Amino acid sequence: MNIIEVKNLIKKYGQLTAVNDISFTVKKGEIFGLLGPNGAGKSTTISMLATLLAPDAGEALVNGFNVSGQRNSVRKSLGLVFQDSSLDDKLTAAENLYFHADLYHVDKGSFRERLPEVLKLVDLWDRRDNIVRTFSGGMKRRLEIARGLIHYPAVMFLDEPTIGLDPQTRFNIWEYILKLKQEKDMTIFMTTHYLNEAEYCDRIAIIDRGKIVALDSPANLKKLVGGDIITLMAANLEKLRQEIEAKLNLKVKIEDSKIKIEVADGDKFLPKLFHELEEKILSVELRKPTLDDVFLNLTGKKIREEDASAKELMRRHIAMRR
Amino acid sequence: MNELRAIYTIWKRENIRYVRDKARIFSTLLQPLMFLVIFGAGLGGTLTQSNFGIDFMKFMYPGIIAMNVMGIAFFSTVSTVWDREFGFLKEILVAPIARTSIVIGKILGAITVASTQALLLLVLAPFMGIQLHIIIIVKLFLFMMLLAFAISGMGLLIASLMKTTESFGIIMQVLIFPMFFLSGAFFPLTSVPLWMTILSRVNPLTYGVDAMRQIILNGLPAELAHKLFLFPIQINVIALLIFSVAMVSVATLAFNRRS
Repeated sequence: MNIIEVKNLIKKYGQLTAVNDISFTVKKGEIFGLLGPNGAGKSTTISMLATLLAPDAGEALVNGFNVSGQRNSVRKSLGLVFQDSSLDDKLTAAENLYFHADLYHVDKGSFRERLPEVLKLVDLWDRRDNIVRTFSGGMKRRLEIARGLIHYPAVMFLDEPTIGLDPQTRFNIWEYILKLKQEKDMTIFMTTHYLNEAEYCDRIAIIDRGKIVALDSPANLKKLVGGDIITLMAANLEKLRQEIEAKLNLKVKIEDSKIKIEVADGDKFLPKLFHELEEKILSVELRKPTLDDVFLNLTGKKIREEDASAKELMRRHIAMRR
Repeated sequence: MNELRAIYTIWKRENIRYVRDKARIFSTLLQPLMFLVIFGAGLGGTLTQSNFGIDFMKFMYPGIIAMNVMGIAFFSTVSTVWDREFGFLKEILVAPIARTSIVIGKILGAITVASTQALLLLVLAPFMGIQLHIIIIVKLFLFMMLLAFAISGMGLLIASLMKTTESFGIIMQVLIFPMFFLSGAFFPLTSVPLWMTILSRVNPLTYGVDAMRQIILNGLPAELAHKLFLFPIQINVIALLIFSVAMVSVATLAFNRRS
């Protein structure tokens, strides 16, 4: 069953086409990632799916409801976590959730049952009566995740859920996101420009300049690059090379006094290599292609990780000082 | 039913936030006191000599209450800009509720907070030799709510037009202070130049000040009343209602623009 169906979606800002004819589907229970550099169209896409922006053309269904015609039904189907905190920092954690439950028409009985459940999930149950202003960035993000769950959404939307957090906290947030999938069987639709985080997704759509350039599982996407890279060091390089070429029928290169082999499936190839060879090997290194290699391969450029705009940094700075 | 619940929720949030913000409560009580004491002491003496006809503090007191209502109602609604800047508005805007409910909830919140706090200022009345009884207090409370209604509509409209919090200072300088000074709170508007008469007539605060002054200073001799009061109370009610409806309608439209 598809939770999200997007067909030929287009959004323009004047001359700029922010989202240019994209189509994809998200299946129930999967973590689906939209990966791309800043300005690629990720936030525009998520805003259209969340009914915050009207598409110029195309169609999108969330939980079977049309984002243009059935906005309130779409909204009730979504749990949203934004890039910037959207908590009321003068209210307590529990009050923020209570407020949310009221706006999403959750009845009192369900709310009382649900409150400990979601707060315990993100380890904030003990802090439920604390004012949100006293929370750290990571705690706020966790509280937002809990808030998004209060009204039993069909899908969670996470727009750059770890942006602006330190690596330890980012890792921590991911533990909670994975817990959501495992314990609640929650469908998660997220955007990110952190390559290592995209690895957690079941499927990734790589987006660049408003277009989806590839869509597959992280493992399959990496296969697009070619293969794994194996680097060997040996006492006698030339002899080893001859032996590999003779016994395994492979082309081998020598670079920087090391032997380099490119193979499709490095994990399975290594045992075979050791089994066949008699020449002594001093060291071996197996490198998997990264998503950055994939992105480079598809678009001819790298995703820069730390390219937050000046405005964004300023905002974070202000948000922290408040 | 769902929309009523949403309105109630947004109204409640305004109240909780207000009660928690002790510094704001304190400063909004301090400001009117400051005006009364400084202007009252500074100008009172001079005006007694020039046959003003009434104790200046007594004259100013209703105006100060009206200014207080306006300040709180305006700040409560214009604070929506902060909500936008720091993301909380998004939480409300993506909720499955009508934009109109958001507007109504905000305005009801502002009315509650502004008129309740202005009511606190009435404890000063006996110190100025002003007799209050229940009818006067009820009448005043109705006008406090009406004025808060008009001003919160204006605040919300400005908030939906303002893009960032930086423009807030400019709004205060070019709009709020002139509205204070041209409202008749500090001097009677019965013998001022034509330009000032015109400006004061488009200022909703003028009608609030005038009505509250007539309610508090009832029973003045006709000659003095003629010198200090502008319109019959009914005209003040109508003017405030027209201003309120116009502002709230335009604010709702501006707020409903999907962006």
